[in-house]
Amino acid sequence: MREELLSIIEKNSRIGLNELAVLLGKNEQDVLSEIESLEKEGIICGFYTLIDWEKTSIEKVTALIEVRVTPQRGQGFDKIAQRVYNYPEVKSVYLISGGFDLLVILEEKSLREIANFVSDKLSTLDGVLSTATHFILKKYKDYGTVLAQKHDDEREIISP
Amino acid sequence: MKELSNKVLNIKPSGIRKFFDLVSEMKDVISLGVGEPDFDTPWHIRDEGIYALEKGRTFYTSNSGLKDLRIEISNYINRTQGIIYNPENEIIVTVGGSEAIDIGIRALVNDGDEVIIPQPSYVSYEPCTILANAKPVIINLKSENEFRLTAEELQNAITPKTKLLILPFPNNPTGSIMERKDLEEIAKVIIDNDIYVMSDEIYSELTYKGKHVSIASLAQMKDRTILINGFSKSYAMTGWRLGYACAPSNIIKQMTKIHQFAIMCAPTTSQYAAVEALRNGDEDVDTMRKSYNQRRRFLVNAFKEMNIPCFEPFGAFYVFPCIKEFGMTSEEFATKFLQEQKVAAIPGSAFGTSGEGYLRISYAYSLDNLKTAMSRFKIFIDNIRK
Repeated sequence: MREELLSIIEKNSRIGLNELAVLLGKNEQDVLSEIESLEKEGIICGFYTLIDWEKTSIEKVTALIEVRVTPQRGQGFDKIAQRVYNYPEVKSVYLISGGFDLLVILEEKSLREIANFVSDKLSTLDGVLSTATHFILKKYKDYGTVLAQKHDDEREIISP
Repeated sequence: MKELSNKVLNIKPSGIRKFFDLVSEMKDVISLGVGEPDFDTPWHIRDEGIYALEKGRTFYTSNSGLKDLRIEISNYINRTQGIIYNPENEIIVTVGGSEAIDIGIRALVNDGDEVIIPQPSYVSYEPCTILANAKPVIINLKSENEFRLTAEELQNAITPKTKLLILPFPNNPTGSIMERKDLEEIAKVIIDNDIYVMSDEIYSELTYKGKHVSIASLAQMKDRTILINGFSKSYAMTGWRLGYACAPSNIIKQMTKIHQFAIMCAPTTSQYAAVEALRNGDEDVDTMRKSYNQRRRFLVNAFKEMNIPCFEPFGAFYVFPCIKEFGMTSEEFATKFLQEQKVAAIPGSAFGTSGEGYLRISYAYSLDNLKTAMSRFKIFIDNIRK
């Protein structure tokens, strides 16, 4: 049940317990205790809403920043990653294989704020060797959902 | 001018057609009426079709289909059913399962032979039988058997003229399945009476209670079975029009003759895409099956909460609730439901007289869609029950 439960709530965190139980073919109590243990185990980490900010009047600029760093003895990349992710404006930090080490996703109100963050905070951190900043121009698909257009049902209304 | 073919003139148009005309005049209808998946064909399969076009693979294939595809079909049947069909001469690729049904019947029957058709079932078996100058013998499946075919029902329908049994499971429109023990009993009757069976397994990937079992996999059955399957339902490829038949080489040889003169070959682009589907599509099928299964549980539960009798169907993507308590025919009920609540569901009677008193509800729709439809269904029946 665990995998199927997770795949349902991954796409719809607002689903009610009753409905969830029906879809899984289980009773509500079992589903509830499964969710509780998933939360306790840190597997369910939070419930969020997918928002296409571009359609609002609120200004947001998102940047992907490639960061090359020097790993530190005994701590590898974890220490430097922590220093980066403690900034609230940083949305995500990933350790990456390949040409650079950390991928930082940053969300700010303007281009200037991103520039300030990179030049004042990020690149001055001990251990950061270089950064390369990429601005996101348009989001086509996010978290498995296509943002660009809605998909109409073009099938015949009735077929045998 | 001279008259057209009497045989064709006498064939009734599909019961669905009439309903379709009614629906198409209405706006903003929520439909529960389709017999095809709501998923898009998985992208890697579409991409392979596009690639075939880009490469200029726009020629005819051999009559029986691309060799690579026949090999993949053979592998697929072997890994799912443990039956070995020789890709050289025991498999033909057709234009949808529908063509395989047509040419399979035509290859087997002589004038006046009887073809046993359990109903409710898909709409094409009966007309195809008539067009082949054979005689349809209908078995009316019973709700108390969850619309499965029993050995007794089959035995009672058999006469010295019986040539072929159509075995349409997992079933459209009832969602009913035949499990191994059911099939074993049927197989015994088939062998004892020396008849053929056409097993239409187009929904084989969509079962929700263990894996589908093909009757061809039972002892002594491969030699007398035409196994029909296709890509429409399992890989959401209805518009690609691609199916296939597996059968003993002497039958495939005759089917290929008809296919060769009537069709030439199945669409080439689709065949290339289908190779990809069979090679790398198992995971897609799995994802879709899980999603259908959730919707199935939702619908069965919804009807239960409304006190509408509805056996739990374990196949295809249909539920088949009973609406006899409302004192209307299926068609009256469906028409009224459509007019009052703007929801289109297909009257069970469109699939044979034994479907009278039932509705076919398709769950090839998003959960949101199904929820809205069920809340309207509740309003509709609450009004009648008052």
